[in-house]
Amino acid sequence: MSQEFSKIPELIDRYPRSSESVIMILQEIQREYHYLPPEGIKQTAEALEIPLTKVYSIASFYKSLSLKPKGENVIRVCEGTACHIRGAKLIREQIETKLGIKAGETTPDGKFSLEVVACVGACAMAPVVIVNDKYHGSVRVSNAKKLVKVK
Amino acid sequence: MLIKDSQQLLQAQKKYQSNLDKQSKKVMICFGTGCVANGAEKIADAFKEGLDKKKIKGFTIEAIKETGCHGFCEQGPLVIIEPEGIFYTKVKPRDVEAIIEKSIEGNEVVEKLLFTNPEDGKKTRCYNDVAFFAHQQRIALRNLGKLDVRAIKDYIAADGYQALAKVLSKMTPDEVIEEITKSGLRGRGGGGFPAGRKWRTCRDVPSDVHYVVCNGDEGDPGAFMDRSIMEGDPHAVLEGMLIAAYAVGAKLGYVYCREEYPLAIQRLRNAIEQAREAGLLGKNILGKDFSFDIRISQGAGAFVCGESSALMKSVAGEVGEPRAKYVRSVIKGLYDQPTVLNNVETYVNVPLIIHKGADWYRSIGTPKSTGTKVFSLVGKVRNTGLIEVPMGITLRQIIFDIGGGIIDGRPFKAVQTGGPSGGCLPAEKLDLQVDFDTLTEAGSMMGSGGMIVMDDRTCVVDVAKYFLQFLVDESCGKCVPCREGLYQLHALAVKITEGLGTEEDLEKMEKLSETIVSGSLCGLGTSGPNPFLSTLRYFRDEYMAHIRDKKCPAGVCRALIRYDINEKCNGCMACISACAVHAITGEKGKVHLINQEACTKCGACFAVCQHDAIDVV
Repeated sequence: MSQEFSKIPELIDRYPRSSESVIMILQEIQREYHYLPPEGIKQTAEALEIPLTKVYSIASFYKSLSLKPKGENVIRVCEGTACHIRGAKLIREQIETKLGIKAGETTPDGKFSLEVVACVGACAMAPVVIVNDKYHGSVRVSNAKKLVKVK
Repeated sequence: MLIKDSQQLLQAQKKYQSNLDKQSKKVMICFGTGCVANGAEKIADAFKEGLDKKKIKGFTIEAIKETGCHGFCEQGPLVIIEPEGIFYTKVKPRDVEAIIEKSIEGNEVVEKLLFTNPEDGKKTRCYNDVAFFAHQQRIALRNLGKLDVRAIKDYIAADGYQALAKVLSKMTPDEVIEEITKSGLRGRGGGGFPAGRKWRTCRDVPSDVHYVVCNGDEGDPGAFMDRSIMEGDPHAVLEGMLIAAYAVGAKLGYVYCREEYPLAIQRLRNAIEQAREAGLLGKNILGKDFSFDIRISQGAGAFVCGESSALMKSVAGEVGEPRAKYVRSVIKGLYDQPTVLNNVETYVNVPLIIHKGADWYRSIGTPKSTGTKVFSLVGKVRNTGLIEVPMGITLRQIIFDIGGGIIDGRPFKAVQTGGPSGGCLPAEKLDLQVDFDTLTEAGSMMGSGGMIVMDDRTCVVDVAKYFLQFLVDESCGKCVPCREGLYQLHALAVKITEGLGTEEDLEKMEKLSETIVSGSLCGLGTSGPNPFLSTLRYFRDEYMAHIRDKKCPAGVCRALIRYDINEKCNGCMACISACAVHAITGEKGKVHLINQEACTKCGACFAVCQHDAIDVV
């Protein structure tokens, strides 16, 4: 195992060795590495004694799990209904222009990923953009680009 | 601190209440996701620091409470000074000093932080006088904003866990089910299935293992009732589940919470720990022959996991695909065992029904939809936020009396209820009673409680397209009518918004909808065409405008509109810097011009213009 992924066993150990833990373990690994490295999936399958194919199918089914590396900074634009009718699409396009990527992509330098999420439940502050887990409400088209910030 | 029996619980309640009563004043700071995003933590720090220095008599640091969501998120961060209930909005850390001086040391108010009524511009002093709150009746949200989310002591002081003590010492499981059935409580997650009947069925299945599961996978976009409840009153969720567990004979329960709600998960975890320490979860609860524990299960961003059978698979650590329900999940649910699955809001109603009785609960609402319902009132409405109202109230009362009408005084166009499974209701339906059956008859549904208000600048075809896109993304792909049908339905909706649609397309869409409804396995598919069907039912003219006249009356669909700058332009250059494709030219102080060839009709210029100088044609 490469040095890079040495933390995986520790992450797995945070949860009971039960198939019920699989999603939460994968989320834990993703939080650490910003994606699910094959090594993480393999070790999860071994530790929980479930077939590798099954862990892969879970990893590919659930939207918040990613098999592709994500950027160091993740910008999530909420496009729930309330945000949609208050112009979330425009906000997303402003950020897309600023970053030079489309939603779902990562900048070539690996600094930023842009994602669209279906609703974060902060509808009263629509439109909402989440930058590295910090919520920004009532975002305007004129200041959307300013939200693109590194950690 | 271990609470061994109901006698000790009562003593604890008295002790904690008297501790709270000793505080001359209390500072209630809203710690819901909205207010936290707007800086509530810094405000709490400023209060702690400021009050630490002053040493006010009869006031200790414990009187600073981090509370659950008041629902008026748009005005956040909110601070309320009890006991009077002085209501401060949009508080900044630098305002804290003035609040301490005027309202805690003295008995005055800081005028500028009071809420301004948008209708008459007058300031409102107290929480209960704000129209947004005055028309509400709070049962499920009873504790939100009233107690510290971190403290089990506050919950116990507010009669928390007394309903549990009552069922354990005075009621048989059958009597509990009887009481819930009599109350008429129906599932708040969307379907409206009678909770008592569900519990009865579950209990009657002979099995050694029964489960109680709480559905906190609030996936409907535009809804956040359950998030606020889990964040703001986690112990009430646990108490409701405990009572259900006693009624059906379950020893283990799960809260399934979506990953997008980290704060809710954290607070539930904390509450479960506290309840275990107090002996309110675990073995022989309150000294009785009743043991129950709760685990948290996290979702991972799949809307379909709000469906019962998919949710249960996800809890078990599998791919969340629904199954055909020849046998319902209440009989064969989690790990194929009998399982009660109720939504967060349903559970928090339970303790109060037990506490105050089924007859009291029945006296609220309508005969067939008893009690209250929490809605998230959002979109183009002045006062957005979370509200709880008695069933049977009209849409007009909700949107105009509580919501304060439409932003900028624009005309009301439609209200969308029930999320992606629901529908849009037009102005002529504003006097409709809000209850499970009336909304369904009108072609929408209650759903979990999202209520999205739309004005004349919202295009209903675009809204239908939006929901179809959402459902295409979220369909698990197991059955063809849903996976392919919704895809085609969406493609046809796109065609119409691009001005390429024909009347035959509409017919095709209607036919296709029938197939999807009758051929899909779970609710995602069977209700998927609703947003399209309901908008077509009430707004056929708008569809026809797109098809025949190639116009989007709301000015939303990009292929059918153009933007022009009028003579009101003062040359401020705001639109020039907002335009991503550099389609606007002009100099400072002179009227700008849009190059129609380059313009992508994104509308960014329209959104940033402060001078009403851009027309949508």
